Amino acid sequence: MKLNLKIWRQANADAKGSMQTYPIDGIDGDMSFLEMLDVLNEDLINKGDEPVVFDHDCREGICGSCSLQINGEPHGPDRLVTTCQLHMRMFNDGDEIVIEPFRAKAFPVIKDLMVDRSSFDRIQQAGGYVSVNTSGNTIDANATPIEKEHADEAFEAATCIGCGACVAACKNASAMLFTSAKVSQYALLPQGQVEASTRVLNMVAQMDKEGFGNCTNTGACEVECPKGISLENIARMNREYLAASAKG
Amino acid sequence: MGILSSSIARKFAMALSGMFLVFFLGQHFVINLTSVIDPDTFNSWSHFMGNNGLVQFALQPVLIFGVVFHFVMGFVLELRNRNARVVSYAKYNGGANASWASRNMIISGLVILAFLGLHFYDFWFPEMIHKYVESNPLDPTRYYAETVHKFESPVRVGLYVIAFVLLAVHLWHGFASSFQSVGFNNKYSVALSKFAKAYAIVIPVGFIFIALYLHLNQLPH
Repeated sequence: MKLNLKIWRQANADAKGSMQTYPIDGIDGDMSFLEMLDVLNEDLINKGDEPVVFDHDCREGICGSCSLQINGEPHGPDRLVTTCQLHMRMFNDGDEIVIEPFRAKAFPVIKDLMVDRSSFDRIQQAGGYVSVNTSGNTIDANATPIEKEHADEAFEAATCIGCGACVAACKNASAMLFTSAKVSQYALLPQGQVEASTRVLNMVAQMDKEGFGNCTNTGACEVECPKGISLENIARMNREYLAASAKG
Repeated sequence: MGILSSSIARKFAMALSGMFLVFFLGQHFVINLTSVIDPDTFNSWSHFMGNNGLVQFALQPVLIFGVVFHFVMGFVLELRNRNARVVSYAKYNGGANASWASRNMIISGLVILAFLGLHFYDFWFPEMIHKYVESNPLDPTRYYAETVHKFESPVRVGLYVIAFVLLAVHLWHGFASSFQSVGFNNKYSVALSKFAKAYAIVIPVGFIFIALYLHLNQLPH
């Protein structure tokens, strides 16, 4: 397969970037998108050029490292997959593929296609946890009965890998889907109830502080999320936040 | 912005003001519909709305506040959202994951705002001048004739029709999404969303029907 890649190149966070064109040949349909970029980078290195920098780690769709806005969609045109699981068979011979970093003020570009998503870490640190006394008398989580429906919903929310596709897809660069998934996974479980109010208030405050946009319910985040995180989580976070604000 | 300092509070306020305006739109439509069914009823209801103290001096200011709040907050949110993505994508395939209506609320909103200017010029300002500046004597029979007169011009009717189409687009996303914003997402959400989308079509199409009816009804036969 022969392709024409248009890739965002940016030397560092302060440099002015631009789109560069790279023709590439010999791409197999069974390659993953990242493997295609590996081929490109080997070619660039052999020519003595600077390889394209992009995030990747597990290449199994579970770590949330890979990103990339591919032809105008985070993680490309396929659904419920990360970029590392996107196969080149989704493209046709001769296609032009536009590859950009996830764009948001809260995700500044580090280099080329790699962005700094530590704003997500700070949102998580603001309340995305359950304080547990580890002095030896901690109650086994399995000893606490939990409604099956709530356990399932909490599990589904917890499958969020924090890749940032929701922010990248949203026309407002809103992080509501990510934050709501992290709020929901605790709000639905009895262990999370003790800190429920402070958690949602602090996480939303941190989300706003990071400079993400406002959610306008377009639903783009849910469609592009590689883990299928539901908009129901955003409604739940809104409820939790309004109830916590009313309590004061 | 105090109480509206958080993104969720702003979203909640936007949804509530939108719901209030949707409710107002429904009652406006019902009164307008009487102009097609029975002009005497239209005159009588219009006279009540135009001269009842509670409506004029309590509900009307609340409505004006609701309208101004909704579009000012809409602009504020739009500016904040644009600021959240400083560098735009070279290629952004918004149509792949969200409807045009949901992505362009600012465009449909601006058309509705422009229409409100025309609508106020046509009806509200003349009414205020008639009642409170010129202090004309009460005439409960004038409303139907005044309304019909406004729909003589095909250009004005055309502008109204365009505005109502954009109103339908705005409501198509806005009304259904307001429930999500206030935290309502459960087993009734699908039915509620269907109702909201039906409302988003029926009310604007009804307004278009009334405008066309009043225009066509006065053409020479």
